Amino acid sequence: MARTTKALTTTRTAPERLGVRKTYKLYVGGKFPRSESGRTYEVTDAKGRFLANVAQGSRKDAREAVVAARAAQSTWACATAYNRGQVLYRVAEMLEGRREQFVAEVAAGEGLPVRQAELAVSEAIDRWVWYAGWTDKVAQVAGSANPVAGPYFNLSSPEPTGVVVVLAPQRSSLLGLVSTIVPPLVTGNSVIVVASEQRPIPAVTLSEVLATSDVPGGVVNVLTGFTKELAPPLASHLDVNAIDLAGAVGAEGVTWGEVEAAAADSVKRVLRPAPGRRGEDAEPDWTEAPRPQRILAFTETKTVWHPKGV
Amino acid sequence: MTTTASTAGSPFEYAPAPESRAVVDIASSYGLFVDGEFTPASDSGSFKTVNPATEEVLAEVAEATEEDVDRAVRAARRAQEKVWGPMPGRERAKYLFRIARLLAERSREFAVLETLDNGKPIRESRDVDVPTAAAHFFYYAGWADKLEHAGYGPDPRPHGVAAQVIPWNFPLLMLAWKIAPALATGNTVVLKPAETTPLTALLFADLLRQAELPPGVVNIVTGARATGSALVNHPDVDKIAFTGSTAVGKRIAKEIAGTRKHATLELGGKAANIVFDDAPVDQAIEGIVNGIFFNQGQVCCAGSRLLVQETIAEELVERLKARLGTLRVGDPMDKNTDVGAINSPQQLARITELADAGTAEGATRWSPDCELPSSGYWFAPTLFTGVSAAHRIAREEIFGPVLSVLTFRTPAEAVAKANNIPYGLSAGIWTEKGSRILWMADQLRAGVVWSNTFNRFDPTSPFGGYKESGYGREGGRHGLAPYLIEGSTY
Repeated sequence: MARTTKALTTTRTAPERLGVRKTYKLYVGGKFPRSESGRTYEVTDAKGRFLANVAQGSRKDAREAVVAARAAQSTWACATAYNRGQVLYRVAEMLEGRREQFVAEVAAGEGLPVRQAELAVSEAIDRWVWYAGWTDKVAQVAGSANPVAGPYFNLSSPEPTGVVVVLAPQRSSLLGLVSTIVPPLVTGNSVIVVASEQRPIPAVTLSEVLATSDVPGGVVNVLTGFTKELAPPLASHLDVNAIDLAGAVGAEGVTWGEVEAAAADSVKRVLRPAPGRRGEDAEPDWTEAPRPQRILAFTETKTVWHPKGV
Repeated sequence: MTTTASTAGSPFEYAPAPESRAVVDIASSYGLFVDGEFTPASDSGSFKTVNPATEEVLAEVAEATEEDVDRAVRAARRAQEKVWGPMPGRERAKYLFRIARLLAERSREFAVLETLDNGKPIRESRDVDVPTAAAHFFYYAGWADKLEHAGYGPDPRPHGVAAQVIPWNFPLLMLAWKIAPALATGNTVVLKPAETTPLTALLFADLLRQAELPPGVVNIVTGARATGSALVNHPDVDKIAFTGSTAVGKRIAKEIAGTRKHATLELGGKAANIVFDDAPVDQAIEGIVNGIFFNQGQVCCAGSRLLVQETIAEELVERLKARLGTLRVGDPMDKNTDVGAINSPQQLARITELADAGTAEGATRWSPDCELPSSGYWFAPTLFTGVSAAHRIAREEIFGPVLSVLTFRTPAEAVAKANNIPYGLSAGIWTEKGSRILWMADQLRAGVVWSNTFNRFDPTSPFGGYKESGYGREGGRHGLAPYLIEGSTY
C-alpha cells in the first residue's frame, strides 16, 4: 500500500512536463504592475487548494489607478457611441476565445461543476454583448426633447459621470464582475474595479483580455487585494465620481454603509447593493435579466437651452 | 426709496409704483400643518419671520419638535397607505390640477406674500416664482395617470413618504418643485420650509384646504435646522429631497448612508457665464445681469463667474458697469425694482465677508453709486475685476449680487476654467457660432447649459447638478424618477 501511495505522489509532483505558472499582477493604466507594496496573498480554490499568489494592492496602488482612470476617461467618453459599442463588442469576441480558461477558473474559484461554470461564462459573455449594444441607444431612451413654454430648443441627454469605482461582487467572480463593470463603461466612464477578494482570478484574466482588446489603457483598471483596505480610500477619493458597492456585501471587515458614508464628503453617486432576496447580506442573483438602470446610475443628465429666432 | 445712480434726482426719476399688500392677510401666528390641521408645536415653541426689506416682524411661526415631526411622518404614512397610494392616478391628477388652478387664482396673494417674507422684487415673484410654481403643478398633474408610460416599467411604484427640505431663495417655487412630482407619483409629503421664509408654504396649506386634499397627504412642519434634521433622520421616511447648501447636502448623504432611504440633492453652484468675442453683446449684457442679479444673486445656478474672452473684456466690463448703473435697488414691493433685499442678516454677513475677501485678495471692487435703504438687509450690486481662479470669490458660492470677472483666450481655456471647481450646476455660453456652442455644451461639466440665454426654468426641463452640486433631477420626465422605486438608483 505504502509503495502505491508513494508512486502516486511521485506521479503528481513530477509530471511529464511542468506547467509554467503565471505571475498575477494588477492592471493599471494599460500596464501590469506588481503592487507597489510588494505584497501578495494566497488565493485558493473552493476546496482550499493553492491557486495563486495574487497582488495585494495598496492605497497607493488605488491612487495610481485613479490617476490612470482620470487620464483615460475623456478620450473614452469622446469616442463616438458607435465606436464604444464596437470596442466593447470586440471584448466579447475576445472573451469567447478564452472561454475554456474562464470556465476552469470559475469552476475552481466558485466550486461549481463544469456544466454550471460554463453557463456562468456564457451568461457573462452574452451580457457583455447586451451592454455593448446599449452605447448608441441609451441617450435615446434616457434623453428627452423638452417642450418648454417659450421659444427655446431644449434637450436633455445622459453623459458619463466620470471615474467610477466598482467593488466587484465577492461571490460571482466573472458574471458578477461583468455585470458591474460594463454598465459604467457603456456611456464613457472609466472604471477602477476592486476584484473579488477570495475569487480574483477571472478578474486578472479579464485584464489580460482587455489589454489585448481595443479598450484604451486606463479605461478599466483592475485592483486585487483586500476590499477593506482598498474601498475606503477609493470611496473618499476626491477625484472619483461614483462608486458601485456591490462587492461591499460579503467582504471581510466591510459594511456598505461605512463605505457609503466615506463617499458622502465628495457627493459621490453611490449605487447601493440591491437588497438580496435572502437578506441584506446576500449577493443578488446575477443571472437575473439586467436592466438599463445600472447604466443610468453612472450618468448625469445635461440639459441645454438655446433660443429660437430668425 | 428705490434709486439708481443715473436717475436719482433727475427729472426722469421713476415715480414709486408700490404693489398693495392689502391682498394678503397675514395672521399674527401660524401653527404646523399636520394631518390636515394647524396645530401648535408640542412644546409651544415658535420663531419670528421678518420682512427683510424693513425688519418688520410679519408673524410668529411654530417650531416643530422631533415629536411634531414624528406626528407628521405618521400622518403621511397613514395617508399614503390608506388614501393616496391606492387612489387611481387620474384622481390624483385632478387634485394636482386643482392645486395648479388655485395657485393661479390666488397668484397675486402668493406673490405679495413671497416678496414680503423673502425680500425679492414683486416683479420676480409675480412674473417668475408664482406662475412657474403653478405651471409645475399643472405639468406633473398630467403625469399622475401616465406613469406606466414614463419609461420606468409597466407598474412603477412610489417610495412612500417623502421628506422634503427646501431653501429660502424661491420658497413657493421650490415647494412646487418638490411636492408636485412627489404627489403625482403617489408619495405623500412632509415638507420643511426654510426658517426665514415659511409664510407662502403656510398659505399653500390653506390652498390645500380649498382643494380638499385628503388630510396627511401634505404636511408642513416649520422650523430651523433641528427640525430638518429630525425629519431627514426619521426612521419611517423613505425618500429625501433636499435643496440647499453643499455642506448640509453632504451631511444628509452621510446621515442616510447604510439606510434604504433614497435622496436627491440640489446643492450649491458657481456657474461660469462664458462670453466669446463674437457674442451678441447687448443680449449678453442682459444675460449676465439676469444671471447674477436675478433674486439678488441668491440663486444656486447664478452666473457668478463671468468669463470673458480677453479681446473684448475691457469694452464688455465698461458696458456692464453702465448697465448696472441703471439697476433699481430698493423696495421689493415697488413694481419698478430690479434688485431687492438680501433675505437675512446671516446671508448679508456671508456676502459681506466674501466680498471683503475679494478686496483683501487683490481683486478690484466696483459698485454703482446707489443709495441703500436705512433699514432692512441690503447689498449693492457688486462687480470684481482682476479676479484670479484661486481667489475665494472665484471658487466659493457667494449667494449674493456679486459678480467675479475673469478672462480667457481660447475655448479650451474657457472650458478648463469653467470646470475647475467642485460645483457643476449650470453654465452659460454667449457666441453667435452654433458649432462652438454645441462643442462647449459638450465640454462643460454642468447639469444645465444656457446658450445665449440664462436662468431659464420650465417644468418640462430637467434641472440638477454634476459633481458637488448634487444628484438627481427635478423637472420633466426625469423629475419623476427619484420618486419611483423603479426610477431610483441612489
